[in-house]
Amino acid sequence: MTAAVTSDHHDLREPPRVSGGAGATGHLEELRTDPVELMRRVRAECGDVGQFRLADRDVVLLSGAEANEVFFRADEDQLDQAEAYPFMTPIFGEGVVFDAPPERRREMLHNQALRDKFMRGHASTIAAEVDAMVAGWGAAPDARGEIDLLDWFAELTIYTSSACLIGKRFRDQLDRRFAALYHDLERGTDALAFVDPYAPIESFRRRDEARAGLVGLVQQIMEGRAAEPLPAGERGDLLDVLMSITEPDGQPHFSADEITGMFISMMFAGHHTTSGTAAWTLIELLRHPAEMAAVVAELDALHADGSEVSYQALREIPRLEAAIKEALRLHPPLILLLRVAKQELAVGGYRIAPGKLVGATPAISNRIPADFPDPDGFVPARYLEPREEDLANPWTWIPFGAGRHRCVGAPFAMMQLKAIFSVLLRSWTFELAQPPESYRNDHSKMVVQLQQPCLARYRRRAGG
Amino acid sequence: MGFRVEVDRGLCQGHGVCASEAPDVFAVSKQGELTVLAEQPPVELRRAVELAVKYCPTHALKIVDEA
Repeated sequence: MTAAVTSDHHDLREPPRVSGGAGATGHLEELRTDPVELMRRVRAECGDVGQFRLADRDVVLLSGAEANEVFFRADEDQLDQAEAYPFMTPIFGEGVVFDAPPERRREMLHNQALRDKFMRGHASTIAAEVDAMVAGWGAAPDARGEIDLLDWFAELTIYTSSACLIGKRFRDQLDRRFAALYHDLERGTDALAFVDPYAPIESFRRRDEARAGLVGLVQQIMEGRAAEPLPAGERGDLLDVLMSITEPDGQPHFSADEITGMFISMMFAGHHTTSGTAAWTLIELLRHPAEMAAVVAELDALHADGSEVSYQALREIPRLEAAIKEALRLHPPLILLLRVAKQELAVGGYRIAPGKLVGATPAISNRIPADFPDPDGFVPARYLEPREEDLANPWTWIPFGAGRHRCVGAPFAMMQLKAIFSVLLRSWTFELAQPPESYRNDHSKMVVQLQQPCLARYRRRAGG
Repeated sequence: MGFRVEVDRGLCQGHGVCASEAPDVFAVSKQGELTVLAEQPPVELRRAVELAVKYCPTHALKIVDEA
């Protein structure tokens, strides 16, 4: 199948419409409450190409390898990403782009923090941040306690992403307040934003307060730095660089608001995604003790040669990687990827008119039974050689998207998750503090998060 | 059995992961242009190329076996 721009389209049909959505806002309420069920029904009723309606806009929802390949291979002139996420603008701020075109992304990749050669430094930064968080659990041989998985991993990943992407100096000036405000921002992604991103609802009000709160924290840090120059011998970070850029009259070029917007956007893609995946990997491993035992044994064997976590996180850790991939397949952090059609497109014999929203759905494609036998089961073995179902199904194994826009942070994310579990499982054991089936995602926002409570207990390992 | 490396140029974004995994087979310039140094690498490099395929961020690489 190709994404032919159609010149001869009289033989193309309109994509079928899914049931429901009879009211004035179409399927908006269903998308706000149970989006996975809505998307599952689109595939069940319509097949690879179907439509639902968001207020006055149609969304053409694609699933399956052929339709997904069209989606992921399309270029900016066909399917545009920039306009597709209206709920992000109030979070980043006006003028901060959600994403850049592939050509620009390619340029940016060369000097930036996600480049392969920086990975080892990031791995050791991340290991140190996990060590610092678990230091709070106590040094006693029988140390034990309980954590909320959402709060704990969300805080940890604020520290890791700020340390790796902005700098250690900035990270060391953050505390839990930053994580709490950031969480309110992420909660401000109600799908109602497709109709009105500034509608008078509680989650949008908290979102705007949270953004102002973050600007306030960054402003304080900036004032502190302006008053006291960088101590000799200490390395400056990205904030120092941004603050050093001035106008001809000596005034700073960037305001605290602009800098905060940049930092929010830099951290956004890697935050809730990594946090949620870490939590789900732990939950699934605790639901499947034999898999947990295999991962712990694998890590113990790797540690036996005395190597540092920072080195280990860059090595192959097949059982752990497989568990992470399977958590990603079952609980993808993004359930709906969106574009806007800029031209008329043909997909699978159907016509997509310009102006329509077009979506691909990891939540549904990741569980297509023909590609992933036992689609709802947690089966890490499907990634081991020679099955490698992720590589065998590049257009339907899509937790990171696919193709030109595939997540640039995927290798960083995998390294980070490997580092986190290398540290955690070396010295601690965990158990679920709730019935195993009680852990679930909250799908009421476009940014998917674990539903609270989501408690787990930790205990120091014998000799750990 | 010999093998050959195939690159999907529509997908490659020049991340350079392949060049780290298999520097004898792949080179990526500062502008992000990928050069395949050995289209048919020697068999002893197969494992390195397999890792390049596996960790390519855009899944742009493929190994094709040749009789």
